[in-house]
Amino acid sequence: MTILAAEGLSIAFGGVRAIDHVSLAVEAGLVFSIIGPNGAGKTTLFNMFSGLYVPQDGHVRLAGEDVTGLAPDRLARRGLARTFQNLQIFFRMTVLENVMVGRHRHETTGIFSDLLHLPSVARQNRKTAEAARAALARVGLAPHGNLPAGGLPYGALKRLEIARALASEPKVLLLDEPAAGCNPVETQELAGIIRAIVKDGVTVVLVEHDMRLVMNISDRIHVLANGRTLAEGTAAEVRASPAVIEAYLGVHGSREAQRAVG
Amino acid sequence: MRALATHRLASLVPIAAIMLVLPLMFPSAYYYRVAALVFIFALAALGLNLLMGFAGQVSLGHAGFLGLGGYAVAIGPTHFGVPPWLCIVAGAALSGLIAFLVGRPILRLKGHYLAVATLGFGLLIAIVLTNEAGWSGGPDGTSVSRLTLFGWRLSSSDAWYWIAGASFLAGATLGLNLIDSPTGRALRAIHDSEVASSLLAIDVARKKLGVFVLSAVYASVAGSYLALLNGHITPDISGFLRSIELVAMVVLGGLGSIPGSLVGAALLVVLPQTLTMLHEYEHMVLGLVLMGFMIFLRQGIVPGLAAFFARWRR
Repeated sequence: MTILAAEGLSIAFGGVRAIDHVSLAVEAGLVFSIIGPNGAGKTTLFNMFSGLYVPQDGHVRLAGEDVTGLAPDRLARRGLARTFQNLQIFFRMTVLENVMVGRHRHETTGIFSDLLHLPSVARQNRKTAEAARAALARVGLAPHGNLPAGGLPYGALKRLEIARALASEPKVLLLDEPAAGCNPVETQELAGIIRAIVKDGVTVVLVEHDMRLVMNISDRIHVLANGRTLAEGTAAEVRASPAVIEAYLGVHGSREAQRAVG
Repeated sequence: MRALATHRLASLVPIAAIMLVLPLMFPSAYYYRVAALVFIFALAALGLNLLMGFAGQVSLGHAGFLGLGGYAVAIGPTHFGVPPWLCIVAGAALSGLIAFLVGRPILRLKGHYLAVATLGFGLLIAIVLTNEAGWSGGPDGTSVSRLTLFGWRLSSSDAWYWIAGASFLAGATLGLNLIDSPTGRALRAIHDSEVASSLLAIDVARKKLGVFVLSAVYASVAGSYLALLNGHITPDISGFLRSIELVAMVVLGGLGSIPGSLVGAALLVVLPQTLTMLHEYEHMVLGLVLMGFMIFLRQGIVPGLAAFFARWRR
């Protein structure tokens, strides 16, 4: 079943076509990676998937429904979550509170009961904290819940964003360069975390530059260059595609690479 | 014991204790009056702090709501025969409604734009109060009939000390409740990242509007109290300087610190009173003191001192 789909998506900024008629379909329960050289439009595509940009042409479908132009909070309510290339951590809050915010979509108390701290709010807080602790445990941050978020090192903040997104119990999780700035050990841990997330039934869409990670965990890879689709297939298919090699290495480099392989 | 020290409302215990003991040291009714003013301004600053310190939205026009609340208790009893206590409630409801209507378009703005839009709102209220002389008495203001509750006519300063103090504690309780709730977490999240908040299913515009309305209600109630305490009101209550004063109280005491709002209000109410003995140098010294606090305790007095003592203990 297709859980997330782009149908002829296009968007231009000041005459530059950042995304030009891109179509793709993400199967539920898999890891779907989007790769491409810098400036290919990967994050722009993510921003359209998550409602931050409204596509000028084409449609976005989430679980079969047309969600084009829906606001981010509406999309989140329908089970979409994402992390950010440059961190968007709530630095004034503790690690646990960050993840508790992720539970917002499941919280039911209103502003009046919140002001009066009715028993329902106390119950809600306990449930939220419990679920948030479970999400922290999934990324290995359980012991650090009471630290201020700013006290965590960079790699841990990346995982904190994943935990926060997971706490919302999404159907689709968009990860924007989760391994950027991580050392090899952290990247390896990350691969394990992503595999576990998918095993729990969450579909993962990944934008990533770390090719080892991408080739390792992706079920399907979509290659973008200059806002257009270049290729799509399994890791082996994409790796063998001359168009992809050319996009990454240039015409000269791809000849060199062919000589080296052949 | 530990559970008590970390309880949500723990910071209110010393405030309540001081409030109970303080009158024993008051040599005259004048002190009750100053302390009542502190609590009244602290209530308004507290509401503004929920907006500025937690949700991270600036308002430079909050004295507009102070004026709406103040004139509600001035106009309601004289023109419509409504009892003053009901006018406090009606003024708060009106302020909330106006905040809702004004907030919808202007809370889309950010930073300086929001600041200027709220500034314009405050000026607008002040101009209306000055020009609608038939209702408001014009620039000279109008007298305010005293509050009567259960047959008591409340005009003495000590009665207002207790009313304002209790109201501050009630307002602070609601504020502290809010911070530690789903709504409060959403507001604090919005302060740090609107993008991340919206992608966690938070309706950012609605949450901002909610806290703006709430802060307007706090200011309105404070404005009503101020008018009832003074027995007289002028459009100065909505003036630009009043709005700035409220912002200064919040920032000085500490953005996001509820006891800080009380400390900020206390400083800005008490300091000008004590500095009058310096005559012409009064304003200069006041300015220097404020600058000093901001330079040495940038996070505000309460959070700044808390951080200092935390370091010192280690």
